[in-house]
Amino acid sequence: MALFLTDEQTMLRDTARQFVNETAPVSHMRSLRDAKEPAGFSRDLWKQFAEMGFTSILIPEDEGGLGLGHVEAGVVLEEIGRNLTPSSFLSTAVGAVTALKTGAADLRQIWFPRIAAGEAVAALAIDEGAKHRPAQTALRAERSGNGFRLTGAKTFVPLGHVADLIVVAARTGGSPGEENGITLFAVEKGAAGLTATPERLADASIAARLQLDGVEVDADAVIGEVDQGWAGLTRILSAGRAGAAAELLGVGGGAMDMTIGYLRERKQFGVPIGSFQALQHRAAHLYSEMEVARAAVLKAQQLLDADDPNAERAALVAKAMAGLAVTLAVQEGVQMHGGIGMTDEYDIGFYMKRGRVLAELFGDANWAADQLARMSGY
Amino acid sequence: MSDLETFHAETRAWLEANCPAAMRQPVRGEGDIVWGGRKAQLSPDQKAWLDAMASRGWTVPDWPKDYGGGGLSPEQTKILRQEMARLGCRNPLNSFGISMLGPALLKYGTEEQKKRFLPEIARGEIRWCQGYSEPNAGSDLAGLQTSAEDKGDHFLVNGQKVWTSYADKADWIFCLVRTSKESKHNGISFLLFDMESPGVSTKPILLISGYSPFCETFFDNVEVPKDQLVGELNKGWDVAKYLLGHEREMISGMGLGGGGLGSGGPAALAEEAKRAVGVDADGRLADPLLRAQIALFEVRERAFRAMSEKFMDELKYGKTHPAQPSMMKYYGTELNKARYELVMAAGGSDALEWESEGSEGGTKARAWLRTKANSIEGGTSEIQLNIIAKRILELPGA
Repeated sequence: MALFLTDEQTMLRDTARQFVNETAPVSHMRSLRDAKEPAGFSRDLWKQFAEMGFTSILIPEDEGGLGLGHVEAGVVLEEIGRNLTPSSFLSTAVGAVTALKTGAADLRQIWFPRIAAGEAVAALAIDEGAKHRPAQTALRAERSGNGFRLTGAKTFVPLGHVADLIVVAARTGGSPGEENGITLFAVEKGAAGLTATPERLADASIAARLQLDGVEVDADAVIGEVDQGWAGLTRILSAGRAGAAAELLGVGGGAMDMTIGYLRERKQFGVPIGSFQALQHRAAHLYSEMEVARAAVLKAQQLLDADDPNAERAALVAKAMAGLAVTLAVQEGVQMHGGIGMTDEYDIGFYMKRGRVLAELFGDANWAADQLARMSGY
Repeated sequence: MSDLETFHAETRAWLEANCPAAMRQPVRGEGDIVWGGRKAQLSPDQKAWLDAMASRGWTVPDWPKDYGGGGLSPEQTKILRQEMARLGCRNPLNSFGISMLGPALLKYGTEEQKKRFLPEIARGEIRWCQGYSEPNAGSDLAGLQTSAEDKGDHFLVNGQKVWTSYADKADWIFCLVRTSKESKHNGISFLLFDMESPGVSTKPILLISGYSPFCETFFDNVEVPKDQLVGELNKGWDVAKYLLGHEREMISGMGLGGGGLGSGGPAALAEEAKRAVGVDADGRLADPLLRAQIALFEVRERAFRAMSEKFMDELKYGKTHPAQPSMMKYYGTELNKARYELVMAAGGSDALEWESEGSEGGTKARAWLRTKANSIEGGTSEIQLNIIAKRILELPGA
């Protein structure tokens, strides 16, 4: 398969670009922030995403979805990133759908139609500390009657305070640090003993801290196999990393376009500042980093869609490279805008904030590089 | 099976049957690279592998069959390259004829020139060198002064080139010459001539690596037949720029190690470093900062590998921006320099030895120094950034 978008994927990109730019440009995020909107996103917009078919991209055709892949999901995510659109797309349409696909039919039958219809949003509850360390999962799930009782805490759960479905990684065996003994659970909103505390982050998005005090779930809330959830979790995280990387490309691309535009227009010393070689070389270097990141992301998406054994590694590369390139993009963006780049009124600062949050999600570049080193045996 | 699947299976079988075992070993040094030409001294395995590939046109798989190529489609070419990589097959023939002159002749050459020059490039019979830079025309290449005077039935060439790679080993040269002083860019022509022509002489330049891959090349009343002009008179700059795009693609391949030392990738680098500094209790490289540097290099190297694949795919389908080779050249060469800084850091004092048997005559140190030219030759990194800024980002006054 050639490593560029097919004609159909390009058409989807054009559709998504126009739709997101018209219905949820940066001003949409700004107004939600200014209104201190407690949900942190727009359910109306989520409905519209469903009407466009976006929320069912990864849901199999015979289960009511479009049966498309991570390349297509990434196309939508990039536009979300470019417009800084607050959305549950990554957690729900990529994360939770991937999770449910590893599980039994009954859970899929409950959730796929609701996700496809834009009636449900989902959240991924994986991290327990400030840094992404999935193998360190310590939240306990003990057998209780016909099901399990979950006790522990989760953090950095995007939109976890409003999610109808929360995918929780819990420990049914082994000790923190071990891959064996992890089990994935589908926990529903409002479950007794579940407390979700919304925390507003630097980019005005909301992530929840979750407290689970003996939350009771049935045995059929288990996604996949008991104790054997690591493989499924890895799939979810690989999809999540490729997805976060795609959203990052949008953030970095948006920041870069804005900055190049500014370099062309802003005049000092009687000439556009973009005519200064000191800035041209930095802009050209940034372009190069972004191009390389874009290739890495597409490669990961294609390997995920092909169910290739190298997909996990490629997703780590994509996440790390996009994190590095976009961090440069937003830093250069603010610097090259000068004083105006430091103002809240101007949008470039939003890109820096969003880039920082996405860079951390599902593991930052250092963590991903460390994983690659382990996989390569050093 | 689809046609492509059939091609895939047949290609794999043919490569397995025809690629000698020795030609599946990693390239260790310059001596393992086959450049072809009249003066080439090939080992029996190198010759067998070259002849086998050339007989199918697979030294230049995507060139038309009429000119010695394989006539393969982009998809077939990609499959051939992937299968060669999978089996570890060496490139049967490396040459400036293939990577630079050939594409320019395919676009700008006359039918007679294509028939005359391309098949011998494909078979590795003639080795070409590139007469571009001059003492006063480096980054400002169009300022070149080597002159070609119209003498009716021939051009009379006088002047000097510098940084001519392997001029002393090459059979022919493709050379930029000034045919008019009226205009800087519209006074340049593109000539081909035999390096054995009377009046051509070369002098190797000793580099910091201790090697002399480059020469000064002198032309003293060299007579060049008129039918060896490529493209129109005074329009050679178009040919030159087109060829430079291909040169930059070739050089960008160095970002992946270019089949040279260190092409085993970050894992091989780390193995080297483990020998020097040892491992911790978990078997990881015991120098955590070096390990981190190698790991972050691995991110960029793998990402650039994807970039190279994407770039080649886009090129084959005509989807790439014409200035994108500048980005590839810039990124690939900077990456390769970073790779060799790590080769030296991983090797420690062993890698510093210049002449010893253990260091195979200072292979690492010399290769490390050689890479410093990567971001100079074929247009410096700074020139590439200028091109990106001007042609891709459309920044003003660049």
